Order: sequence, then structure tokens, then C-alpha cells
Amino acid sequence: MKLHINGENVEVPSSISSVTELLAHFELQDKVVIVELNHDILQKENHAQTNVSDGDRIEIVHFVGGG
Amino acid sequence: MSDRYSRQTLFTPIGEKGQELISRKHVLLIGAGALGTGNAEALVRAGIGKLTIVDRDYVEWSNLQRQQLYHEADAANRMPKAIAAEKRLKEINSEVNVVAHVMDVTTEEIEQLVQGVDLILDATDNFDTRLLVNDISQKYQIPWIYGACVGSYGLSYTIFPGKTPCLNCLLETVPLGGATCDTVGIISPAVQMVVAYQMTEALKILVEDEEALRNKLVSFDLWKNQHTAINVNRAKKESCKSCGSHPTYPYLSAGSHTKTAVLCGRNTVQIRPPEPKKLHLDQLAETLKKQGGEIDLNPFLLNFKMGDHRMVIFKDGRVLVHGTKDIAEAKNLYHRYMG
Ligand SMILES: [Zn+2]
Repeated sequence: MKLHINGENVEVPSSISSVTELLAHFELQDKVVIVELNHDILQKENHAQTNVSDGDRIEIVHFVGGG
Repeated sequence: MSDRYSRQTLFTPIGEKGQELISRKHVLLIGAGALGTGNAEALVRAGIGKLTIVDRDYVEWSNLQRQQLYHEADAANRMPKAIAAEKRLKEINSEVNVVAHVMDVTTEEIEQLVQGVDLILDATDNFDTRLLVNDISQKYQIPWIYGACVGSYGLSYTIFPGKTPCLNCLLETVPLGGATCDTVGIISPAVQMVVAYQMTEALKILVEDEEALRNKLVSFDLWKNQHTAINVNRAKKESCKSCGSHPTYPYLSAGSHTKTAVLCGRNTVQIRPPEPKKLHLDQLAETLKKQGGEIDLNPFLLNFKMGDHRMVIFKDGRVLVHGTKDIAEAKNLYHRYMG
């Protein structure tokens, strides 16, 4: 499956169906993240039931503490 | 001296009028690490009226790769970061009123620090302090600018009370230590990129050009060539305890700050006395010497090495216990030597 993530074309396994699975794929499952799917910001509680499909534009920002 | 700011005033969105505004503003900068030194230098060069800089730590050799105000002597002498930064900043621009505090910022300190402040810049390394800053910003309606970085990644967001969501809205939960304790290193361009984002937004706020604010959560990874900006306005929550319709400012209540803290990625525990003290470090040095330890002293702190352990004791009574992440062990050492 081809996704457009943070401005880049990225190929991810087609077994990934939800936003939660996508975050796990990028090892972001333990991070606090903000996800935008096709220009719509998602509520965190909806990550598990929100599906991703071929061609989606996704923006992912994760919070870090360093400074 | 008269054309000191000429390249900045020639820039139309600032101009002479903007420069005049900048010269009357007071910025509170919390943290004097990588982001702190970058932002501080930029603000002072830009001619900020007053800069208050606060930090709880001292300069170490591993800081010199990216913390731009410090040099080798600061690391060799273990100078408190706030003091070393103040000295260098005054050399860069003697017209700026630079005020430095060597202290840990919690509820009591922040209430004092924000008096008369126009903007708060975040250069801390932890979410406890950021959420404290977030609450005080809402309570007194002072904008603040979040910035953070790790590896080649960084992000920033400008919180404008009454207009944007706050950090509490965006996070929902406090990130756990493990997920944000950054032990993967950092390259200096990631720092500089966050500083550039923070400082540009700061200049817009200082010259009162609110229209120009970015209004987006921005992040980048310089090594992976990624960049993203998200409009997060929809994340603002009416029910938010920090910025909603019935705020309680949960992070300003005294109980939420413990007297001990494990410093992220540092194998170090900080212990604060219940009340700040005014220690006589030279007397303490004599006492500790009698117990057989190795002592180094500068006017601001005492470095004490005994066997496998090392403690750094500040004048205000704070102690950094190095070589452990175990709070119980650190407390044990603290009480053994500090009574
Ligand atoms: Zn909020």
C-alpha cells in the first residue's frame, strides 16, 4: 500500500488497516501523537477504528521532551 | 552602535516601530540547554529589552557540541548554565537587561518569574515543567512557544491563550518518562531548526504581528528529509482543565511537583529541600572533606566525589546525585552526607 506520509511517498505492508496499526509500524505506539488523515485531524480515541487506504495523505507529529 | 539593528529594521514586518516594541519587551526563557542558549543568543542579538533566563543545571563537556553559549572553561569549572549564559549574553549585547536564576522551576517559582513577562519561551527538557508553563500561561494570558528536539527530529507550537488550543489539549495525557527520556542523541542542526521556528514566532509576537503567526503544529526530521505542519485548532477542548471554560490549572497545584526527580537520560536524580536554603558552600566543603571525599568548589556549587558516587550541591540546597536513577538510593546518599 502506498501512503503519502509527512510529505513523502511511503510503501507500507498491506496488512496495515488502521491508524493504530500504522503507528505501531513506525514504532510510535508509545508516543503521544497527533495524526491528520486527508487534511482532517483525528481524535485519539478514533485511531483504532479509523482505516487507512492506498493513496491516503497522512501527517504524523509525535511529541518529544528533549531540548 | 546606532546601526546595530539596521538589518532587522530594514526588514519591513519589523521596521523601526517593531524594533522599538522589541526593546520594551520582557521574555522569560525556561531552560538554558541547547534550545535555551540558541534562543537566548538570538533574542539578545535582536535587542530584547529584558531577558530572564532560568536553569537548574551546570555545564558539562557533553553540552559543548550544541549549547552555543558555553565554552571549555565553563565545563571544566562546572559553571551553572544560567550564570555562564548570562556572562556570555552580556558580552554579546550590553544594552540588554539579562537576569539569570539558578533554580528549579516549580509552582512557587513560576508565579514570581512571570510577573511583567510578555512571552515565555520553552527550552526545558521535560513535560512536567512544560505543563506548569502551560497553566501559568493560561492563568495570566501570556503566550508561550513550545519547542523540543531529539536526534534529527524536532517540533514546535505557539500557544496563544484565548486563540489556540493549549499543550494540555494536544497531549491529553502526560507522556511517560520512558517514551520521552531521550537517549538517542541529538545533532545541532535539529536544535537550530527548532530555535529558528521558536524565534521567528517570538519576533512576530514581540512586534505584535499576530496575523503572521504560523498557527500550525510543525515538525521535521532533517535526516529523513521530512517536514509536516498540522492545523490543530480542532483539538481545542471546552473541557480542558488548563484552557477550557472552567479552568483549574491542575499543574499549578503544589502537590503535583515532587521534591525528587529523575533527570531524563542522565542517570541522575535531583533532590530539593522542602524550602530553598542559602548554604555556605565553603563550610560544607570542610565538613565533607573530613568524611574523606574529593571536593571541587566554585562560587555557585560544590562537587563532591566519594567512592562510586558523585553529588553536586547548589547554594539553594538542591543536590544532583549522579550515577543512579534510583530515587531511594539517591535519597539515601543525600541524607548520609547532607543530614
Ligand atoms: Zn487546553
